[in-house]
Amino acid sequence: MFRRPRARYVLPPLVFGIAFIAWWEAAVYIFNLKPYFLAPPSKIWGQFTENFGLIWDASKVSGTNAFIGLLAGTIFGIAMSFVLSRYRTLGELVTPLAIALNAVPIFVLVAVLNNMYSITSEIPRRIMVSLVVYFIVLVNVAKGLTQVSPTHVELMRSYAASESAILRKVRIPNAVPYLFTALKISAPAAVITAFVSEYFGGSQNGLGSRITSNIANSKNAAAWAYVLGACLLGLMFYLFSIIAENAATPNGAQKDSGRSS
Amino acid sequence: MSAVNVSQLNKVFNEGKANQVDALVDISLTIEPGEFVSLIGPSGCGKSTLLRLIASLLTPTSGEVEVAGKPAKQARLDQDYGMAFQQAGLFDWRTVAKNIELPLELKGWDKAKRTARANEMLELVRLDDFAGHYPWQLSGGMQQRVAIARALAAHPPLLLMDEPFGALDEMTREHMQAELLSICAATGTSVVFVTHSIPEAVYLSNRVVVMSPRPGRITQIVNVDLPRERNEDTRERPEFYAAITTVREALRGTHVGGIHVGGIHGGVEDR
Repeated sequence: MFRRPRARYVLPPLVFGIAFIAWWEAAVYIFNLKPYFLAPPSKIWGQFTENFGLIWDASKVSGTNAFIGLLAGTIFGIAMSFVLSRYRTLGELVTPLAIALNAVPIFVLVAVLNNMYSITSEIPRRIMVSLVVYFIVLVNVAKGLTQVSPTHVELMRSYAASESAILRKVRIPNAVPYLFTALKISAPAAVITAFVSEYFGGSQNGLGSRITSNIANSKNAAAWAYVLGACLLGLMFYLFSIIAENAATPNGAQKDSGRSS
Repeated sequence: MSAVNVSQLNKVFNEGKANQVDALVDISLTIEPGEFVSLIGPSGCGKSTLLRLIASLLTPTSGEVEVAGKPAKQARLDQDYGMAFQQAGLFDWRTVAKNIELPLELKGWDKAKRTARANEMLELVRLDDFAGHYPWQLSGGMQQRVAIARALAAHPPLLLMDEPFGALDEMTREHMQAELLSICAATGTSVVFVTHSIPEAVYLSNRVVVMSPRPGRITQIVNVDLPRERNEDTRERPEFYAAITTVREALRGTHVGGIHVGGIHGGVEDR
């Protein structure tokens, strides 16, 4: 983690990426692939720069939905994890359900939510994103709050520490790495959910709906350009979660998880 | 006033159920101020349970435990003892100094007083240069020294230790034993020390309490006939071997289900 030789880590994936794109470009011409089958990267890039303004606008719509959903889901997830870790029986009741729900592609619920709001409302999409994020944050943070080292708990009891002191000095710090793990998973998931939510009707203004409409109009390269925009948006969210983690963890204290020594 | 006074103590787990365990039966033990007492015995003899009863982390089924002349629970509330475990149990998100300050924070000490005491403790365990380090940047032996410094930070008259050196290699372990004795000599702290190792118990203790399992009780208390000042020569003395032999023979009486008892030279452990 200290002074890593940059070129060694950056160069191989970079070379591989460039080689892959070159191979893609070549394959389209060598095998004479039709534009509706696979567009060459040069054309996709051309569409990307040409439509950059539109892609940017669509990214703002999807990105805002993802961001608001991520924020709301994280806040509610943290709040609920505190409740569940405080009232263990409730936790034992709800946690398996939360884990099970987490495995279901619940974003299909957005079709139901769409019926509840006006057709142009962004609210159903935001609710959907926050639901997905909520479960990821809830399960992870609750684990961080409850799975503390038994030695730490005994130690705190030997200091006659109150339950609230144990919460402040042991459980919450222990849960912080779990929260950032949850954020690293849920930030890209929020973006994906925001796109997919757009497939279920509503305003045709986000990246997801633009991809479908371009495909419907056989504008394959343009669709790919929007996919590229979607990739960049997802990457940006992931990057932000990593930056937030680095900012919140003390100087070089990032360890894999909230394990004790 | 004795440091610890245990009288007619009984502890039953799962009382009245099918899996009832008589963890401790009729335990009486008095520990004088400044005395170093080890609890030794095979697994399941209740030595850790006894330590936790003294710490008031468990409540007795019957009998009395007094620490520093008070009921054990009051002594815990007053932080009249410090505790160290086999795992150092340091907090990864706190620096070494902040780990040592934790019990003082809980006592409501102000920052200046805490920092001064943490520095004093770091000097005592000779880790002055590591105040700003995080626990995982230290070796196992250093972590355990921080744990001892933390246990003693509030200057408690009593130190309760549950196999604190059990996870360390033999050389670090002998070094830590000498270190612990010099710290206790400097601070006048009484110690109750749970261990699996006969040479460790003999080297450290004024008295070795030998326990046997099912039900857990004290079979013999061995007085270690060695000068209080212990050093590397202590391990070569005939009295050291004599005490080891006495403890081993006392443990042989407790031999249940093929428990292996360690050899003279290496502090071989039974787990």
